[in-house]
Amino acid sequence: MAGRKRTLEAFSFELVMTLIAIIALILIIAPSLVVLIVSFTSGFSLKFPPPGYSLRWYAELWDAWQLHFAAKNSLIVALWATGLSVALGVAAALAISRSQALSARLLDSLFMSPLVLPALAFGLAALMLFSLVGLPVSPLTLVIGHTVVCVPYVVRNTVAALAQLEPTLLESSAVLGASRLYTFRRIVLPLIRPGIIAGAFIAFMSSFDNVPVSLFLRDAATDMLPIRMWQDLEGKLDVTIAALSGVLIIATVALVAVMERVTGLSRRLTN
Amino acid sequence: MGTAPASRDVTSYGMGLAAPLALFFLLFFVAPLLQLFWLSLHNDTAGLHWGLGQYLHFLTDPFSLSVLGSTLLLGAEVTAVCLVLGFPIAWLYQRVGPKLQTVIILIVLLPLLTSVVVRTFAWIVILGRQGIINATLQSLGIIDTPLKLLYTQFGVVIALAQVQMPLMTLPLITALGRIDPNLDDASCSLGAGSWRTFFRVVLPLSLPGVIAGCTLTYAAAITAFITQSLVGGGQMLFMPMYLYQQASTLQNWPFASAISIIFLLAVLAVVSVFTTLGRLSRGYGGA
Repeated sequence: MAGRKRTLEAFSFELVMTLIAIIALILIIAPSLVVLIVSFTSGFSLKFPPPGYSLRWYAELWDAWQLHFAAKNSLIVALWATGLSVALGVAAALAISRSQALSARLLDSLFMSPLVLPALAFGLAALMLFSLVGLPVSPLTLVIGHTVVCVPYVVRNTVAALAQLEPTLLESSAVLGASRLYTFRRIVLPLIRPGIIAGAFIAFMSSFDNVPVSLFLRDAATDMLPIRMWQDLEGKLDVTIAALSGVLIIATVALVAVMERVTGLSRRLTN
Repeated sequence: MGTAPASRDVTSYGMGLAAPLALFFLLFFVAPLLQLFWLSLHNDTAGLHWGLGQYLHFLTDPFSLSVLGSTLLLGAEVTAVCLVLGFPIAWLYQRVGPKLQTVIILIVLLPLLTSVVVRTFAWIVILGRQGIINATLQSLGIIDTPLKLLYTQFGVVIALAQVQMPLMTLPLITALGRIDPNLDDASCSLGAGSWRTFFRVVLPLSLPGVIAGCTLTYAAAITAFITQSLVGGGQMLFMPMYLYQQASTLQNWPFASAISIIFLLAVLAVVSVFTTLGRLSRGYGGA
């Protein structure tokens, strides 16, 4: 009697939890699938399901020079911001990772704070400072602003990779007569490289997708892709945007698959 | 005898390596925020007359206060939805084999790295008058005229919950992975049922993850400018758009600065409440 009650009780629990989990997983994945399907529509609206299927909007995308221009700008800014983030972030991570000093903990909080503070407020603040010192908005100010909001990802992932590093490896290397630089190049760097790559990847993606900082720090000539898309969506619901979204979704899936192979991205974000 | 200082020497690097980034942050992060704060303490656009006029204006203006209130409420609603939906995902993750684990983690991860504009655009397609929900309900004969889903609070909460779900789920997966599975069995063999074990053992032990997830989700939801403006439409105004309108359209920088500072303080207050709870829960959960 009691045993049956127990199993029924356990069953109800597992059923409810599994059901909610499956609904939640569908909720997470469905929007991307919907956009992918709609992007292949043959019609002129975003009706779902589409009346027919064609590649016409992808062909349209081929000629959308405004979007090409914006994509190129976003790509260039994201590459510079990622490079700068890696150079500054990895060095900072090496300094603060093994230190228990108060200064190291404070710097750690400082470097992480762009993650929680509203980026729009930072964008406005940076614009005001740049105009105060007479630096006009340009691709340079964009790269600076993007670096501030992207560097936390590099610092965090590099610190995490350094924390996994066995100190005895470094000691052995030193005992065997290797210089610090040689140890860094031959022992430390190869071991933390996946962490750095994972951080750089996330930094790149978040720069490429950034709107709040770009809104304030770009000049009129520098159109950025997410802003272009956002403004297009505010005006009219264009199916070309669906095709562009399709391209971005497929590119993201491909990049994540590569990163999963190279860096074990999923393990990195859950340990 | 000489090994102790020597070993410390080789396993750690000097703080000097943090100097370039620290300098970069001082110039381009701390200084702008100080300048923002400085301007917010002025009553005129030129920044000549000191005063608390901007803050008084905000705090005595029912409209501004309602924008702040609805933004904070929105964050709470999104966080609650994410917790209720995200926890079972983390729970399921611990129950399945390694293959399915990878599938789950990739499903959770993908939206995090997909462009926010794309994800929001998807919700416009789903919630619109000709969208899936309305089309399905109409073809089933449940409704005659399309429901208004886009440009409603419900729409914004659902879209934001989907957009921010990874931020809740990832820390929960981490936290649940740290719980000793024997505790689960012990609780059950001592006579507690599955539900009771969940609420009395699993949930309390995962509190650090719950709090980390809530902090990230809340901060992201209230600052999610794109999703708020596209799914919410013109009628619903939240703090980020309010700030942007004042700064960009109206060029009222001092008032926009005050809005920014109030918004920053609100976010910081929420984060520190969560952090304090996290510290308390760590003593309790031992994780």
